Amino acid sequence: MCVVCGCSSPATVAVATEPQVHPHTGDLHFGAGAARVSVPGMSQERAIQIEVDVLGANKAVAQQNRAHFASHGVSAFNLVSSPGSGKTTLLCASIEALRKRAPGVAVAVIEGDQQTSFDADRIRATGAPAIQVNTGKGCHLDAPMVARAFGQLDLHAGAHAHAHGEAHEHAHSHAEAHAHDHDHVHPHDQAHEPAQVHERGHTHVHVHGLEDDHGHSHTHGHAHTHGDHHSHDAAHTHGHAPGAHSHNHGHVHDHAAKAILFIENVGNLVCPAMWDLGEDAKVVILSVTEGEDKPLKYPDMFAAASLMLLNKVDLLPHLRFDVVKCIDYARRVNPGIRVLLVSAQTGQGMDAWLDWVLGVEA
Amino acid sequence: MHEVSLAGGILQVVEQTRARDPFERVTHLRLQAGALAGVELSALRFALESLAPGTILDGAQIDIDEQPGTAWCMQCCQSVPIFSRLDLCPLCEGAQLQPTGGTDLKVVDMRVV
Repeated sequence: MCVVCGCSSPATVAVATEPQVHPHTGDLHFGAGAARVSVPGMSQERAIQIEVDVLGANKAVAQQNRAHFASHGVSAFNLVSSPGSGKTTLLCASIEALRKRAPGVAVAVIEGDQQTSFDADRIRATGAPAIQVNTGKGCHLDAPMVARAFGQLDLHAGAHAHAHGEAHEHAHSHAEAHAHDHDHVHPHDQAHEPAQVHERGHTHVHVHGLEDDHGHSHTHGHAHTHGDHHSHDAAHTHGHAPGAHSHNHGHVHDHAAKAILFIENVGNLVCPAMWDLGEDAKVVILSVTEGEDKPLKYPDMFAAASLMLLNKVDLLPHLRFDVVKCIDYARRVNPGIRVLLVSAQTGQGMDAWLDWVLGVEA
Repeated sequence: MHEVSLAGGILQVVEQTRARDPFERVTHLRLQAGALAGVELSALRFALESLAPGTILDGAQIDIDEQPGTAWCMQCCQSVPIFSRLDLCPLCEGAQLQPTGGTDLKVVDMRVV
């Protein structure tokens, strides 16, 4: 609508930049436009092109999380389901089983719930570190929450404390993930001796996880004074616009995981599908006490997940849950989804699930 | 109710734009919601109406363009239009579809004073 006369002319923007002229006195009224005020250098009404993804800010932080996890050798999994699917019980069982199977792999948990620390308490009872994130009224975790929580975990501090065996401080207490703009290539060539990494004598801030003793060949695409990692750190940590950084780590974590971070999202099959947390994969847990048609009822979540765990399968003899139909439904919304049948209670399928988590499945 | 978070995200985008390019308030705001973005438009409108008072979106007319979804059909090897994640390929009626478009919620442009 034209803000001068109220007509429906589309030429509003051009007209509105002019002051209103009084028809009798010729007085000029600059404040008659929609802004009701005249600001020098500012037109009255104008158009601004934006073209911005509403979730872009979250995605930028999620990408920082992803790079941060990778630089710490952490494989992160975002566990999503409706309330009551048995996520926490499955996690406790997974932690116990992982400890027996892969004692060198550190495991930590970020627990998302609207209220209470009940779930984090259950995780801590297994001996694994856990951070509870209460979302209050929120129905999902977002990437900044995970960045904050990860900063609190020993998984994070631990990697810095002993990965190079040298006293170095990495200014990592800030909540958000840092950016590393330099290129370094890690071919994971097992022919390299671990000593080769260390005898270079520099305290490089890049730490590749806990007990990261396999040979890395660091090819640094930037010049920095070895031993003066603080300036390096400062240069690469701050002052970048969200999304404007690049994480050219150039290495691929195709080896077995060195540390595992489980992120148990708020029990909700809708909203968590849209929020990238920086995880390696979303894992959707569906218990057989729920309907087999849930993949069709909540397609966004099943489309976003890489793996579906059908939990509580020990109860199948007592239920009319059609496993084949359920898998068909899941594949219909996500042709590439992996499916594993598990029972946290009996341990059925846990080996296959841990294979998947550890990245060692055939 | 993630539409409340999305409405907050929209206000944030608008406020960030204002920080770069100052204005007093928004008169028109145009959004684009993909059919596969997982956004319930009536809930988003309600959330924006609840959020707007006292912000630079107060009184703004908000238009939401719906963008149809597109997907790559792995059997037909071509892009096809779909309206939900449950749709089958309109050509072969297969389910081997990978959504490629209409998955975002965007702030497209706005008119400001």
